[in-house]
Amino acid sequence: MWLAATVVGLRDETPTARTITFQVPDWPGHLAGQHVDLRVTAPDGYSAARSYSIASAPGSSGRIELTVERLENGEVSPYLTQELAIGDRLEVRGPIGGWFIWGPEQTERVQLIAGGSGVVPLMAMIRSRISAGSKVPFRLLYSVREPQLVFYKEELKALPDDQQGFSVTYAYTRRVPIGWPRPPGRIDAALVGSGAWPPAFAPTCYVCGPTSFVEEATSLLSASGHDRLRIRTERFGSTGGRK
Amino acid sequence: MDIVSRGFFGKRGKQTAKLPPGQYLTTDFPVLSAGPTPHVPLDHWEFTIRDENRPLRRWDSKAFRNLPSQALSVDLHCVTRWSKLGTTWEGVSLDALLDGIETDARYVMAHSYGDYSTNLRLDDIKNKKAWVAFRFDGEDLAPEHGGPARLLVPHLYLWKSAKWVRGITLMREDKPGFWERNGYHNYGDPWREQRYSGDE
Repeated sequence: MWLAATVVGLRDETPTARTITFQVPDWPGHLAGQHVDLRVTAPDGYSAARSYSIASAPGSSGRIELTVERLENGEVSPYLTQELAIGDRLEVRGPIGGWFIWGPEQTERVQLIAGGSGVVPLMAMIRSRISAGSKVPFRLLYSVREPQLVFYKEELKALPDDQQGFSVTYAYTRRVPIGWPRPPGRIDAALVGSGAWPPAFAPTCYVCGPTSFVEEATSLLSASGHDRLRIRTERFGSTGGRK
Repeated sequence: MDIVSRGFFGKRGKQTAKLPPGQYLTTDFPVLSAGPTPHVPLDHWEFTIRDENRPLRRWDSKAFRNLPSQALSVDLHCVTRWSKLGTTWEGVSLDALLDGIETDARYVMAHSYGDYSTNLRLDDIKNKKAWVAFRFDGEDLAPEHGGPARLLVPHLYLWKSAKWVRGITLMREDKPGFWERNGYHNYGDPWREQRYSGDE
């Protein structure tokens, strides 16, 4: 069933991504990691729907936040990131998905690995951990092209980074801040070794990002000894070419 | 009445009668998988048909590739809303694999390397409706897309086309598979838009 949603907040995360807050009066609630289908309709009845991960923690306010990355040739994401204004209305369906989720009843350690905008559902898990008062230790390994493309930058910076409760490790693939100890590059075994929980801690791993990134990250986790049955993935985009 | 979204007109990609409701066309080949991609060496690969009690038939990769295969051109429809038309595959039909098996089962569970499973009606994999495919677009099927071999059931949403398939179990009673237990529709007909549990 499609639910009416009204835009009540807009915030640019990066030059190409925007966080949109919707008021959805009939929202049934969600779990961290789930997504919604979102439908926009033109005056003549033509409509288009796409799936987006929810960025906000579960709550009872009927508000949900999505962060949408603009795809240059997209049909819906340019509208959402460039045209949409406060008060505009569209429809959502959901929440959807019962696998790539985290709940505060989970007591094991959590390893989050994000590639680019794959951080969105992982941020919902981080926020859910805080809002539920969970003390489960979380680590986030966040691969992103350059510092200015980091989503939720201030919020992540403000989280206590105490190595026990929560820590974040950035992997910049194209450009690094001045004085950054690691040259730009994709995540590798050394970074997984230093930025992720050791396999002996048996964390549940959530990996989200473009297909090639997820393939690489999950291979590194498996190679370092993580149990593949504890690795949950969400992929987006193409493998490209003829693969 | 749908809510009209101010300022949205749509790009209106090519419209075609081959596109089920709520889908858009893509020319690339996105990937959806719940976990790491299993990498199954061909000399370990097997395909087994069993019933609830015992294995009925089993092929190793060599025997399997000696079965008569077919070239196919089919449309793919993913529940995440992309469709890809006219994809070309090579595979062995389930009709050939099931030929001569007598059973009163009406359902099957497809099982995969890496623990994935999906349930189907037996009728939906018979009568030239389903294949075990091992080549895509003229090349051996890549692991991300389910190689060495995946089920191909193009008339249902693509999650029913289990990647890394290792066999099917004939069942008298229906049981939900992986995504069917995790919020997705039990049957998954794209033309009736059966995406999520609760859809008619």
